[in-house]
Amino acid sequence: MTGLRYVYAICRPFRSALQAQLTGVAGEPPKQLTHHGLVAVVSTVPEGIFAEEPLRAHLEDLDWLTETARAHQGVIDALTAVTTPLPLRLATVFRDDSGVRTMIEAREAHFRAALDRLEGRVEWGVKVYVETGSPDTDAEVGIEPAPARQPVSGRDYLRQRRSRVRAHEDLWQRVERFASRLHGTLSSYAEDSRLHAPQNSALSGAAGRNVLNAAYLVPRADSEEFVELVDREKDDAPGMRVELTGPWATYSFTGDFTADFTGDFTGEKP
Amino acid sequence: MTVIERREIALVDLLDRLLAGGVVITGDITLRVADVDLVRVDLNALISSVNERVPAPWGELT
Repeated sequence: MTGLRYVYAICRPFRSALQAQLTGVAGEPPKQLTHHGLVAVVSTVPEGIFAEEPLRAHLEDLDWLTETARAHQGVIDALTAVTTPLPLRLATVFRDDSGVRTMIEAREAHFRAALDRLEGRVEWGVKVYVETGSPDTDAEVGIEPAPARQPVSGRDYLRQRRSRVRAHEDLWQRVERFASRLHGTLSSYAEDSRLHAPQNSALSGAAGRNVLNAAYLVPRADSEEFVELVDREKDDAPGMRVELTGPWATYSFTGDFTADFTGDFTGEKP
Repeated sequence: MTVIERREIALVDLLDRLLAGGVVITGDITLRVADVDLVRVDLNALISSVNERVPAPWGELT
C-alpha cells in the first residue's frame, strides 16, 4: 500500500488499548510505531493529499482544515485518556515508517525531556471577552446611550461626548486591571502559562472582543482546584465574560524543548 | 460576569493549539504550516491571528 505516515504524537509505551473504532485523519485507524522505547502514533494518509504540494493547497481549504483538525484532536483525545501524549503540530507527515524512526532518533533526547516535563499535566484555556457595543452592556457599565434628541447646545454636545468617552476609558481600565489580575493569579497557580493572540471575533463567532487568550499548564490532579480558582476569580465585573476550555493535551507547552519552535512565537524563521 | 464552560470545542481554540502549538518537526516532507501561502482571506486572518503575538492591550504580562 502506498501512503505517507501522519504522526499525531510521541508517547511513552502505554498498556491500555486505544478505542477499536478510533479513526484518524483520512479515516484510517492510528497505530503505534515503537522505536528506541518511544511510541509514535501514526496513521497512513494518501500521498495525493498529504504530499507537500497538495497539502499546501488543502491547508487553505477551511472545510478540509476543520475536518483534519478535528480528526487530529480525536486521536490526541483518545491518547490523553490512556497516557500523556506529546502532541505534534498539525500535518506532520513522513514518507514512511523509516522516516518516522529517523525523526525519533534525531529528537530522542528532546522527546524524553518533554515527556518527563509534561507527564500527568493538562492544559486549560482561559479567555476574557469584553462585551461592548450592545445597549444593555453599555448601560450596565455606565455608558449613557446617545441622546434621542439633538443636544441643545454645543456645550451640551461636548459634555455628553466627554461622558461617553470617559465611560469607555473606565471600562478599558477595568478590563485591563481584571485581565492582568486574573492572568497573574492563574499563572502563579499554574506551572506554566502561554498567551495566545486574542481571537478574531469574525472567526470565532463569539460575542464581544477577546482581550485575553491564555493557556495554563496544570497537573491533572490539580485541575479541579484550578477550575474552582477560575470560578472564584469571577468577581463583579460587568461587561466582561470569562470562558474556560479544557482539559487539553499540552499543545501550548511543547515548545520549550525543541530548538526550532522558538522562532514561531516571535515570527522569525529559524 | 459569567464563566462559561464550553462542551463543544470551537475551531479557533483548536487551531490556536494545532497551528501554533505542538512540537514542530521540520525535515522529510513536512511543511511548516506557517509557511503556507494563504490565499483565502478568512483563513489568512485566522492563521495570522494564531501565529502573531499580538500585544495585549495592557502591555506585556509574561
